[in-house]
Amino acid sequence: MADDSLFEFLHMEIVSHIFNEQQSSKGELDNKDRAACISLLEAMGFRVGQGLIERLTRDTPSFKDELDIMKFICKDFWTKVFRRQVDNLRTNHQGTYVLQDNKFTLLTQFSGGKQYLDQAPKYLAFSCGVVRGALSNLGLESVVTAEVSIMPSCKFQVVIQKL
Amino acid sequence: MSRQSNRTTDSKKMNSELFTLTYGALVTQLCKDYENDEEVNKQLDKMGYNIGVRLIEDFLARSSIGRCQDFRETADIIAKVAFKTYLGITPSVTNWSPGGDEFSLILENNPLADFVELPDNHSTLIYSNLLCGVLRGALEMVQMAVDVKFAQDSLRGDNVTEIRMKFIKRIEENLPAGEE
Repeated sequence: MADDSLFEFLHMEIVSHIFNEQQSSKGELDNKDRAACISLLEAMGFRVGQGLIERLTRDTPSFKDELDIMKFICKDFWTKVFRRQVDNLRTNHQGTYVLQDNKFTLLTQFSGGKQYLDQAPKYLAFSCGVVRGALSNLGLESVVTAEVSIMPSCKFQVVIQKL
Repeated sequence: MSRQSNRTTDSKKMNSELFTLTYGALVTQLCKDYENDEEVNKQLDKMGYNIGVRLIEDFLARSSIGRCQDFRETADIIAKVAFKTYLGITPSVTNWSPGGDEFSLILENNPLADFVELPDNHSTLIYSNLLCGVLRGALEMVQMAVDVKFAQDSLRGDNVTEIRMKFIKRIEENLPAGEE
């Protein structure tokens, strides 16, 4: 029964570790290095998401369709991982979903407004991975990106890859 | 319906799994980044330290615990309050040195290592070394220099997991020049 703050602290350390590691080996970071860090964090999250969904869906009945899966992610998965429900789910019914969380857990420690807006992608990459990992183990390959316009509200865009 | 009713305990458990899995992902990444286990252990300790120096603030704010009179009291608080709050376990405090400056925390089950099995080629990896750093960092912020290390680890084939803590010295408060 680990406490929530423990996860938050650990997450911050992971983010700063990954970036410091790159910085010490490369000197200044350019955009490409930054993208590499982000995808590393995303990959770590992916594995975590896979593990979580396996344990979470152990006794859930199987899902009807894609929308059913997305609803599950927004309600049960979000509540258990990020401790609140997604505030708004929108879709174009062609495999693109936008999940809006008005008070995303990992951003609540930041000051509101625009001051740290440029830092936000670092702190969302892991969560994007978690969501993608969860969907992947439910049989949906996807691309998940996140976007912040005002802290601490955040929009996750999920694009399902049709095979 | 049954899923609804035990939501709170369920979500607590889920969070712990999130933490455990995330920690696992971190260790995996570190093993990829560094060539030897020693370096990984060191890195985990360092990250733990960074967490500890911040976690202590959270802990003191929530628990309303004052200054400890002696090392025995510190040991009690760590085992019964801190571990309980953050990891949901209560390690037992044993093996006091005659001088009262050293003790062991025995962990029955280590929540960090819930789904873990160490492969043979990582026999010197101290998987949960983050904890040592956390303890060291947190105690440093309350003016105690302490040496913390894993004496036994059930992941490496020992019967129990034992963290050995040794009091080194009290850190004097250095007031910046010009202040009373």
